[in-house]
Amino acid sequence: MTIFIIAIIVVICLSMIGVIYRMIKGPAASDRVVALDSLGVSLISLIGLFSILVETSFFLEIILLLAILSFIGTVAFSKFIEKGDILKRDNSR
Amino acid sequence: MTILANSLVIFFIAIGTLFIVVTAIGLIRLPDLYTRAHAASKSATLGVMCVLIGVFFHFWLIEGHFNPRILLGVLFLFITGPVGGHIMTRSSYIAGVKPWKGTVRDELGPEIERMKKEQNIK
Repeated sequence: MTIFIIAIIVVICLSMIGVIYRMIKGPAASDRVVALDSLGVSLISLIGLFSILVETSFFLEIILLLAILSFIGTVAFSKFIEKGDILKRDNSR
Repeated sequence: MTILANSLVIFFIAIGTLFIVVTAIGLIRLPDLYTRAHAASKSATLGVMCVLIGVFFHFWLIEGHFNPRILLGVLFLFITGPVGGHIMTRSSYIAGVKPWKGTVRDELGPEIERMKKEQNIK
């Protein structure tokens, strides 16, 4: 079981290297944001596998925190790319 | 019983890892932003959900304590993954990222023109 978990962690790290390649090379800024979102998602699964490997459940609260942080980052970057400013002051009245 | 639980955990984690590898291949190989965002949002969400369900079964059946935080994380990722991808592609279309030249249908372009004409922007 330990050898299987270590092999899975190596495979996910290799796929994260592929995502980092797209994040560096990507032609538009939106490519980099999509790659960053996917990187956060694979980091969440890596945290779950590490908590199996060291046999503790204290790491599992980081999963919710990283998911919320990744979603807020994606929404903020997409608002920034769409209009150029994050909060519009005119329409909120 | 331990062998059955271990095989269940190994099945879910292997399926999830397969989908994460598919995400990386799609992000490297696909031609434009919209297909890449499609690969990233759908496939990465399904992969991380399967991996977290495997982790949940491991802590429930082998370690012996039921951990509902993982189920809450699975539910949150199931909601916010496709929503984040949709927001990202829509904002990048409005910002002017061109689709690939092999795209055959573009249904969002006339709709955005009509909305601009209704709201008198430009």
